[in-house]
Amino acid sequence: LCHPARGDAWVALLLGLMALPAALGQRSSESHKNSNESFAIVSFKWDHVKEPYIIALWILVASLAKIVFHLSHKVTRVVPESALLIVLGLFLGGIVWAADHLASFSLTPTVFFFYLLPPIVLDAGYFMPNRLFFGNLGSILLYAVIGTVWNAATTGLSLYGVYLTGIMGELHSGLLDFLLFGSLIAAVDPVAVLAVFEEVHVNEVLFIIVFGESLLNDAVTVVLYNVFDSFVAIGETNVTGIECLKGIVSFFVVSLGGTLVGIIFAFLLSLVSRFTKHVRIIEPGFVFIISYLSYLTAEMLSLSAILAITFCGICCQKYVKANISEQSSTTVRYTMKMLASGAETIIFMFLGISAVDPDIWTWNTAFILLTLVFISVYRVIGVVIQTWILNRYRTVQLEIIDQVVMSYGGLRGAVAFALVALLDGNKVKDRKLFVSTTIIVVFFTVIFQGLTIKPLVQWLKVKKTEHREPKLNEKLHGRAFDHILSAIEDISGQIGHHYLRDKWSNFDRKYLRKILMRRSAQKSRDQILNVFHELNLKDAISYVAEGERRGSLAFIRSPSTDNMVNVDFSTPLPSAVESSVSYLLREKAGPVCLDMQALEQRRKSIRDTEDTLAHHTLQQYLYKPRQEHKHLYSRHEIMHSEDDKQDKEIFHRTMRKRLESFKSTKLGINHSKKLNKIHKRDRGQKRVKILSQGPRCSHLLYKLMDLEFSESEENNDYETLHLGKGVDFLANVTKQNFTDAPAGIDNPVFSADDDQSIYMKFSPWLSSEDTVVPSQRARVQIPYSPDNFKRLTPIRLSNKSTDSFLLADGPEDRPRSFLPESTHM
Amino acid sequence: MGSAHSVPAEMRELADRTGFTSEQIEHLHRRFKQLSQDQLTIRKENFDSIPDLEFNPIRGKIVHAFFDKRNLRQESDGLAEEINFEDFLTIMSYFRPIEMNMDEEQLDRFRKEKLKFLFHMYDSDHDGKITLQEYRNVVEELLSGNPHLEKESARSIADGAMMEAASICVGQMGPDQVYEGITFEDFLKMWQGIDIETKMHVRFLNVDTIAHCY
Repeated sequence: LCHPARGDAWVALLLGLMALPAALGQRSSESHKNSNESFAIVSFKWDHVKEPYIIALWILVASLAKIVFHLSHKVTRVVPESALLIVLGLFLGGIVWAADHLASFSLTPTVFFFYLLPPIVLDAGYFMPNRLFFGNLGSILLYAVIGTVWNAATTGLSLYGVYLTGIMGELHSGLLDFLLFGSLIAAVDPVAVLAVFEEVHVNEVLFIIVFGESLLNDAVTVVLYNVFDSFVAIGETNVTGIECLKGIVSFFVVSLGGTLVGIIFAFLLSLVSRFTKHVRIIEPGFVFIISYLSYLTAEMLSLSAILAITFCGICCQKYVKANISEQSSTTVRYTMKMLASGAETIIFMFLGISAVDPDIWTWNTAFILLTLVFISVYRVIGVVIQTWILNRYRTVQLEIIDQVVMSYGGLRGAVAFALVALLDGNKVKDRKLFVSTTIIVVFFTVIFQGLTIKPLVQWLKVKKTEHREPKLNEKLHGRAFDHILSAIEDISGQIGHHYLRDKWSNFDRKYLRKILMRRSAQKSRDQILNVFHELNLKDAISYVAEGERRGSLAFIRSPSTDNMVNVDFSTPLPSAVESSVSYLLREKAGPVCLDMQALEQRRKSIRDTEDTLAHHTLQQYLYKPRQEHKHLYSRHEIMHSEDDKQDKEIFHRTMRKRLESFKSTKLGINHSKKLNKIHKRDRGQKRVKILSQGPRCSHLLYKLMDLEFSESEENNDYETLHLGKGVDFLANVTKQNFTDAPAGIDNPVFSADDDQSIYMKFSPWLSSEDTVVPSQRARVQIPYSPDNFKRLTPIRLSNKSTDSFLLADGPEDRPRSFLPESTHM
Repeated sequence: MGSAHSVPAEMRELADRTGFTSEQIEHLHRRFKQLSQDQLTIRKENFDSIPDLEFNPIRGKIVHAFFDKRNLRQESDGLAEEINFEDFLTIMSYFRPIEMNMDEEQLDRFRKEKLKFLFHMYDSDHDGKITLQEYRNVVEELLSGNPHLEKESARSIADGAMMEAASICVGQMGPDQVYEGITFEDFLKMWQGIDIETKMHVRFLNVDTIAHCY
């Protein structure tokens, strides 16, 4: 669009797209004629597929446009995507209109409210940072309720006042029409705010206030809109005090009712997700269907649908995320983001397209300009007054800079447009003017303010969010704070924020979790554990990736690094790069150092994808083998149990690696001939996986895997018990395979009891303790032992792959590193 | 509450020292008398009468902190048997929110005081270091609210956190080097970039809220 050549290419492409349906239409009618006479082998039924086809094409165009925008980083860094999309929409609309002088595409309120808005709002609710949201709920509510009423009233009244002076010329509207217009133009739009603020990265408090306001003011907007709409319908003279009172009551009914509907459906959804263990494949579907139902139900009861689906997302997220499997959770996350982002793209594009329709335009300079002025000015005044009130009660003060951004971030968007499009032209005489003004306002706020807000934020030096990796210490101290503060409130006898939160979390733990969470999830669902788990996963990823790169995991125990890792653990702690182990290692001479460059690069690449969560990476990583084993993808197999399949694959793969590396490290040069042979065989049978090495082996392995991966929800001890067996068995596997291996293999160090002393030896800062149980994180630094997983079982979370990895790691690692110790037997 | 006629000089002095307003002090004094059953001092047992505290997993540590002489700004070390109202106020003043008119230096001191309080809570043997064992105890207590969690995992978490602390504070650690524990300097280092002053505060109201309930 900015580049002429690219623009031309676009025109050509789009003209082609536009011309296609017309051409197709003609041909299809011809073919219809023919088909009347005889049976046609191939018939061309354009009309048959027309509707969905056009919709799909539009979505495709919008998505392609997104690709094109992001080809140039310069453009997207300056211009927000929403603005680009509107311009694109205008452009496309122009082409369509030029082609057949018919504005056949526009954003209809039905499509918008039923299909495009829900995914965006659900996404917002489901990924809402709850703690932040509820921590600022008071401020958000004030801005959302009082702020919106203030905006609506002042804008409407001022416009009416100016209208009475006669500047605007002759209009057919009364006070109520102006108030109706004021109410629909007053609300800050969640879609527009999200689209712009996501790119700006202001600090989280500021973001949550603006964004929360835009979500929660929906109830106010809907009520005001409905009230004034009906007032306009019944006529100015018939509006009585009782009607006004009804309006106020309806506000509470609509907002609280909507919230209640959302909470009820969230409860339902959480409950359902508790029992989806055996239908993993459709598990993510429930999240979408039930939340969507909450939206429709609220709409049906004429309650605030946006509030319903928002609160459905907010309330269910904790339980659903705990209940569904890791894979499903990833699916939900991606699907939700995809739907929301897609809907947003379509909304903005169609906002542009809708504007290209001469029939909807009426120009009234005074009215349009004054609207722009009034909404900006009153927004500023409203924000300043409310912030002044709020700051008397807030600990984290909203400073002047924040207020500027908040005032400036009052973007209007598609909600206002959809509402104005809903107006009945017979009742509201100036509908056209209202529509055109709304379009102008939306375009002005999204394009102009959207364009300028980034420089403004930079210029004002607004506190931005720093992306920080979670730290275990931080989480622990945070938890300690919560308890301390609530205790202090208890002791000093006040009901404060912490008091309420403490009571709520007690209630949650005692009752809600028991009802809504799976038992296994109850166990593992602790925030601190999650962070711990996440950090461990990250370590595991680096570990796995490093192993993959080297083709073996033997490096973990390379003798030069007894008590250190050459996997770079600084990844989760970017602040500690200088102090990271890799730096330490670099200074040490030794074979490991050669790899440090590569490690550093990998670490960087990991950090580049900082928003990708750890288990994403892991999952992607683990998905690789699927390409190798495509034959596993029979429909039946997947139906059977996808998770197990996946885990088994991973397990096989790791096992093969393990055994290979074991061979290479264990057998050494003496047995290189045999090694080669085995390697060749392995390579030849890669698809058949490791288990080619002996039928007995494979049988046992499968059995072991069943043990390992059978859902251990109800009986954790059972699993632990058998893990031990699994280890013994693995020892057997190695023995069987290498009967001609040196005697070290029969090393009795396999008995797990020796581990303690070995840990002691290798952990520098633990040495004063005699009952040391290093964490998994710590253990990576220390030689592995089969005993590991017994300890890991309590913190085993949904991702089993890590464990299987460790499981596989144990037996083959041990003999080597412990050989010197074996003499004591 | 007619505070005007009952503001003795002593009260004003307290207000100056702790930073509370006289209304807040009055309110806290009422609460203090309630807890101490109209005695002049509070003993540990008095805290048992607070029903809400019962479910707090680290209540022992918190109550302990009230009697920790290090927190009472006394030069001496060790545990106090009982604390008077002034001490009570001193402890409470650790949780005051920041005030608008504080300058950088004051803010820094304020922050350090808050962190010191937290540090003393972790450092139960008063040796100026949070050792692994101490850290483990804290984490175990913290996580004791979750009945499904076993001690083992709490330990691994504490170990992991200690590793993290070591990597932040010491950085390049030699193979034989032993990280003995988190000193206060290390503790400060770990908190860099986290605005504790916005986190560690309680809003002390001027009016009674639930004081009458018990």
